[in-house]
Amino acid sequence: MTSGTIARLAQQLRAALGGEAVVTDRTRLLTYECDGLAQYKVTPALVVLPRTTAQVADVVRACIAAQVPYVARGSGTGLSGGALPHADGVLVVLSQMRAVVDVDPATQRAVLEPGVVNLQVTRSAAAYGYYYAPDPSSQQICSMGGNVAENSGGAHCLKYGFTTNHVTGLEVVVPDGTVVRLGGRAPDPPGYDLIGAFVGSEGTLGITTEVTVRLTRAPETVRTLLAAFPSTDEAGGAVSAIIGAGVVPAAIEMMDALAIEAAEAAVHCGYPDGAGAVLVVELDGPRAEVEAQFTEVERHCHENRAFEIRIARDEAERALFWKGRKSAFAAVGRISPDYIVQDGVIPRTALPEVLRRIAALSDGSGVRVANVFHAGDGNLHPLVLFDDAVAGQTEEAEQVSASILDLCIEHGGSITGEHGVGIDKARYLPRMYTEDDLDTMQMLRCAFDPHGLANPGKVFPTPRLCGEVPGRHKGPHPLQQAGLAEVF
Amino acid sequence: MAVEQPARDDLKKVARARLARGSKDAVGGVRARYVATPSSTEEVAEVLRVAAQHDLAVVARGAGTTLDWGAPPTRADLIVDTTAMSGVVDHAAGDLVVVVRAGTPVGELQDAVAAAGQRLALDVPDADATVGGTLAVSPSGPRRLLYGTARDLLIGITFVRADGVVAKAGGRVVKNVAGYDFGKLLTGSFGTLGVITEATFRLHPLPAARRVVTVSCPDAATAGRAALAVLGSQVVAAAVELDQGGDGRVQVAVLLEGVAAGVVDRTRTVLDLLGQGASDDDALPDGFGRLPFEAGGTGLKVTTALTGVGPVLAACHRLAGEHGVPVTARGSAAGVLHVGLAADAQPEAVAAAVQALRLATAPFEGTVTVLTAPQGVRALVDLWGPVPGLELMRRLKDEMDPDHRLSPGRFVGGI
Repeated sequence: MTSGTIARLAQQLRAALGGEAVVTDRTRLLTYECDGLAQYKVTPALVVLPRTTAQVADVVRACIAAQVPYVARGSGTGLSGGALPHADGVLVVLSQMRAVVDVDPATQRAVLEPGVVNLQVTRSAAAYGYYYAPDPSSQQICSMGGNVAENSGGAHCLKYGFTTNHVTGLEVVVPDGTVVRLGGRAPDPPGYDLIGAFVGSEGTLGITTEVTVRLTRAPETVRTLLAAFPSTDEAGGAVSAIIGAGVVPAAIEMMDALAIEAAEAAVHCGYPDGAGAVLVVELDGPRAEVEAQFTEVERHCHENRAFEIRIARDEAERALFWKGRKSAFAAVGRISPDYIVQDGVIPRTALPEVLRRIAALSDGSGVRVANVFHAGDGNLHPLVLFDDAVAGQTEEAEQVSASILDLCIEHGGSITGEHGVGIDKARYLPRMYTEDDLDTMQMLRCAFDPHGLANPGKVFPTPRLCGEVPGRHKGPHPLQQAGLAEVF
Repeated sequence: MAVEQPARDDLKKVARARLARGSKDAVGGVRARYVATPSSTEEVAEVLRVAAQHDLAVVARGAGTTLDWGAPPTRADLIVDTTAMSGVVDHAAGDLVVVVRAGTPVGELQDAVAAAGQRLALDVPDADATVGGTLAVSPSGPRRLLYGTARDLLIGITFVRADGVVAKAGGRVVKNVAGYDFGKLLTGSFGTLGVITEATFRLHPLPAARRVVTVSCPDAATAGRAALAVLGSQVVAAAVELDQGGDGRVQVAVLLEGVAAGVVDRTRTVLDLLGQGASDDDALPDGFGRLPFEAGGTGLKVTTALTGVGPVLAACHRLAGEHGVPVTARGSAAGVLHVGLAADAQPEAVAAAVQALRLATAPFEGTVTVLTAPQGVRALVDLWGPVPGLELMRRLKDEMDPDHRLSPGRFVGGI
């Protein structure tokens, strides 16, 4: 890549998008050097801020013509480096496309531009008695386009599912520069489930320019309790008992002693003293349904030696329970100069075993690990604490973090439950999938992006050279070309 | 026979295989030459490698309950019968997860997990249908309103590619964003991307109690409004079904599932919502979740935004009169209706009705897919209608099955 290529591209895009939409100033470029995973930093060659779908398509077509890679970015809150720029590439920042196109309670759908912030969807729908269910912890700032790219989850996806279960329509600028509209307000569009393939593809299959999501009717009742246990063993036992009893809570979140300590230091959430673990359990739904199940949840907590149970009396108290949990990541900054947020998944029943193994890893290495997790679906967020200023600690922390992922894989889990693979975990993907599995996945990428320009270097450890596999035909089948396979 | 022999011999080396038996081993009227009945993923892989060597077009077949759905294949040399790959591999009850072989009948899977008080929250029109076939056609049933469809419940998949390579995607945990979600691509792909051999699903607890509230509405518009009222309420129905008879009356049935006390309470709320004439019962109404398709007739899947359910049902009734075709329509307030047109109807009239329905559902962003139809009708209609993204779908097919040997021609755009 020559600097001349980028200069020409900048000039061309200024002409197409207007001067203010193209950033080449070094100081301003630096503000985009990382996303929420700040340990990776790359200054993009060029930043563009398109305002319309047509402009996004212009950018992609210009990139193809110049053979310059591009990376899409929403609010830049991702935790796997998915929006890490390419040094020789264009960063396409979607934050200017932030119109709420439509909020329609009658069809229970909202149509949004990609820069719209997650929480804004719920705020726009609240007046009608609806909300948008997926609630990543970053929901106050993360964008819907980013949610689509990452298939974002959140505490409430145990009951309500992830982004992929709520998207019914997409407008996408495909890496060939064309604009495709998939689905809409009606369910089940015909053909392959390209929406299902696109959601969670981490910017490698194209750029979302509009998304249609399902709105969920606000529940009649929400009840939240906070239970304190002597240790994570008992708390884990309570989780298994609750789920085993056939209760599907809206959320079950767990924090261990170190995570509680951090949260207290940061937000003074007032969790019970001396707790080795706390659970935040939330039930929602029709009143009588919730009341009956709530009693059951309390009983299971008691039976598993909860020494204190608090039931939120009002919205303020509920918010306080959640405050400790939702601030946990940032809060560990109070007790450690640096930390790694891990995002592994295990089968729920393996929880006690895996937590003991994590404790052993921590004891053996001297690296402290605070545990915060979506216990209901086995999604662990161990926070591995270290001090970069102390020689060797960073490497030790990374070692512990990687070992935790191995534990997850060993127990039949996943290396990422909601943060994505991005740049951070591409090298771990082969531990979960065989070469054949990954080769198959790359076929999808090649179908969408034969030039390999859409967010290259992310998700997969090694790129596949599209169309260069021996014995594989390219282009339409001869029968189809002859019009013979065109029979409906 | 000189050419036949080596292919059959090679198939027999790797799996149970035989020559096809005429119309019994046909797909959409296209007679196959061989039938292989592999008993494992590895055997399927070997069978597909043999098929690749001999350039055999392959159609996977489960119980065959929906084998007439979709277009007939342009060729079908080999049927891969999946029914010998049957049974639950692992039911992790504590994790609410089940791993099951593709040839397992869905009814059998439900029985197996019911023993632990659990279920796969997926309705199939026929309990004999296999897991693999169900995934391949992705039927829409009543409980989709609350639980979604197969794509939403599938968390892991193993399949064999056209070149005989075994691939997996997803895993056995519900929450997992590692790698592309091939499970969703395979679901509803009519066997055109790979032969599904194993699936992992998330399960739900069996509800302790259920109640059905029904009301008979004089017309579709009234029924559509009643359904929307339930969707807009906070009763969280598991299903809201609409069933339109020949006289244009529409029965609305609201299924409530949950804990006993909750169901009692919610039943009262729904009775109030539906107003005069509504009644409640433990039993599901006749035909609940069954497709209103007549043997040998035309069966449509019609989708619409929620607000279009009433108007589209009304259009079905109107069209029945205008085109002189007996029409029955039934489906979910979630926006998916199944419409059956009589077997003895004039193909031209059916084709015209399909076209008119496409116009009726368009304002609601919906589509009409002809799932099954007699030969005369197939010749006159485009089974799938317009398919946005078709070019991308073709490219995916070309990547995964460059010789177009997996269920060729069965799917959208001749894929």
